[in-house]
Amino acid sequence: METLSKEKISFLKGKAKTIRKNVVEILSQSSGGHFGGALSAADLLAALYFEIMKIDPKNPCWPDRDRFILSKGHISVAKCSALADAGYFPYEELLAQYNKLGSPYGMHEDMTKIKGCDMTAGSLGHGLSAGVGMAIAGKHDKKDYRVFVMIGDADLQEGSTWEAIMAAAHFKLDNLVCIVDRNQIGVDGFTEELMGLEPLSQKFRDFRWQVKEIDGHSIEEVVATMEAVPFAQGSPSAIIANTIKGKGVSFMENNHHWHFGVTTKEQAETALAELEKGI
Amino acid sequence: MEKTANPVQAYAKALIEAGGQDERIFCLTADLMHPFMIEEFALKYPDRFFNVGVAEQNLMGIAAGMATCGKIPFVHTYTPFMTMRSCEQMRTDVCYPCLNVKMAGMCSGINMGVGGATHHSIEDIAILRAIPNMTLLSPADSIEIGKAVHAAAQHVGPTFIRFGRVPAPLVYEEGSDYPFEIGKAITLKEGKDVSLLATGLMVSRALVAADLLAKEGISARVINIHTIKPIDRAAIIRAAKETGAIVTAEEHNIMAGFGGAVAEVIVEEYPVPMRRVGIADTFCGLGPTEELYQKWGLTAANIAQAARDLLKSRSTAAKA
Repeated sequence: METLSKEKISFLKGKAKTIRKNVVEILSQSSGGHFGGALSAADLLAALYFEIMKIDPKNPCWPDRDRFILSKGHISVAKCSALADAGYFPYEELLAQYNKLGSPYGMHEDMTKIKGCDMTAGSLGHGLSAGVGMAIAGKHDKKDYRVFVMIGDADLQEGSTWEAIMAAAHFKLDNLVCIVDRNQIGVDGFTEELMGLEPLSQKFRDFRWQVKEIDGHSIEEVVATMEAVPFAQGSPSAIIANTIKGKGVSFMENNHHWHFGVTTKEQAETALAELEKGI
Repeated sequence: MEKTANPVQAYAKALIEAGGQDERIFCLTADLMHPFMIEEFALKYPDRFFNVGVAEQNLMGIAAGMATCGKIPFVHTYTPFMTMRSCEQMRTDVCYPCLNVKMAGMCSGINMGVGGATHHSIEDIAILRAIPNMTLLSPADSIEIGKAVHAAAQHVGPTFIRFGRVPAPLVYEEGSDYPFEIGKAITLKEGKDVSLLATGLMVSRALVAADLLAKEGISARVINIHTIKPIDRAAIIRAAKETGAIVTAEEHNIMAGFGGAVAEVIVEEYPVPMRRVGIADTFCGLGPTEELYQKWGLTAANIAQAARDLLKSRSTAAKA
């Protein structure tokens, strides 16, 4: 495993910061949104779009590209920020059109409208099955693309996700990577109080996945782990990324009220300032 | 005795043919390979056959994912499970992005008689009609099932094929090469007094009903509406204008079903008296299939009686 250069780490941290600031800028100009989960996933998205995935923003439908499914589709704003920064479409367009009538960009995502979006998402528990389908197709076609699926805690409360987890191992899909943005908070509070998921790594192992549990805000750890997939030939890989909901904005961190929220002008300014200088 | 044929055998034969003609066709099932008689597909094209176990939501989601990669997955499970257990995947993952997934729904209606209400499907037309981008085929017999499979394979977009499980009378002759076009109803018998609009297994019964009516001097037109969505509005309007009375027949709840779809066209375009033959908004219990059809009013005699009642009420109204 190569160690990331300081420049690369700094570059990726900058990309994550841009995603977070864009999320706050877009949502504060809109009718609010899913700040918490968008901020928790930013480092993971930065690593995927700016280091890990084999993609071509000028050719979004390139058949050999790595696929990415955002099963937690309600943080489309964070993914679209990454897509814009990667060059799929201008950020100004995203900012100006977000949640507007007829816009391609909004709370949840439509693959027929957003360049670089591989799967429609919004209802939880759907993404991993679609990922299994893409991974099967890739194997069948003898392509070497990987399929990355980001799921949230709530995806894991949906039974359908476990159907997909079972199938991925059964079909030996080592081209499939499930990244869990494990921020531990849902709409109503902490997952372990609502409907516990632990011991989560063990559950994946029991379902015959190879699992690594990491700090989802350590760019070094995130990149090194994503670079190491598949963790074993013939097995799907799960990366359980422990994250902080609302990461980077003091009053949003670890607060389920910011799963979905509406910022005041002052709150938005504070959030942007905190993201700029770091807390 | 009328000639019958097994709809499932016809389906499987056509799917295997289609799979041989187009390598993009994949076959997925939720532990129902044997009931669908698709073992041969699995043997011939093992790299395009996937059994996901009894997990219908995953079945549909996988199909959606495959379709984004240019595959044409045919998914197989019983209609009640397809349209209800994996309804959201069908609607959100397949139809919303308009992916090219084909859904083969067996045991539609009350065809799996002894299975009881859990294995009956009297709601699927209502559900499927309400989903944008969906095409819903309801072939009349085994011959037409074969045509529907090939048409579905060539059609781009989500397509559901609704069919039964038990051997059913043939409407068409074996080897018949009549043109089958999605969305285009077929007039099987001309008539001027009343139109019998039927779908699926009820088409053969409508033909028998027309014979019964002919003996009484009533000239009934019989139209096979093999595509419930998009429905052939022109054929329905023409029938209303030319015969002035419509009877629909379906193996489904009459609430929000095929008759409802016809009624929407009639009411908006050319209102004429109408009757719907179908299941009167009730779970049907269990029993041998044909006995259930008798019990719940899905026979040729029921269709003929509906036509008589309709014509009688029309003439009474005309006199008044």
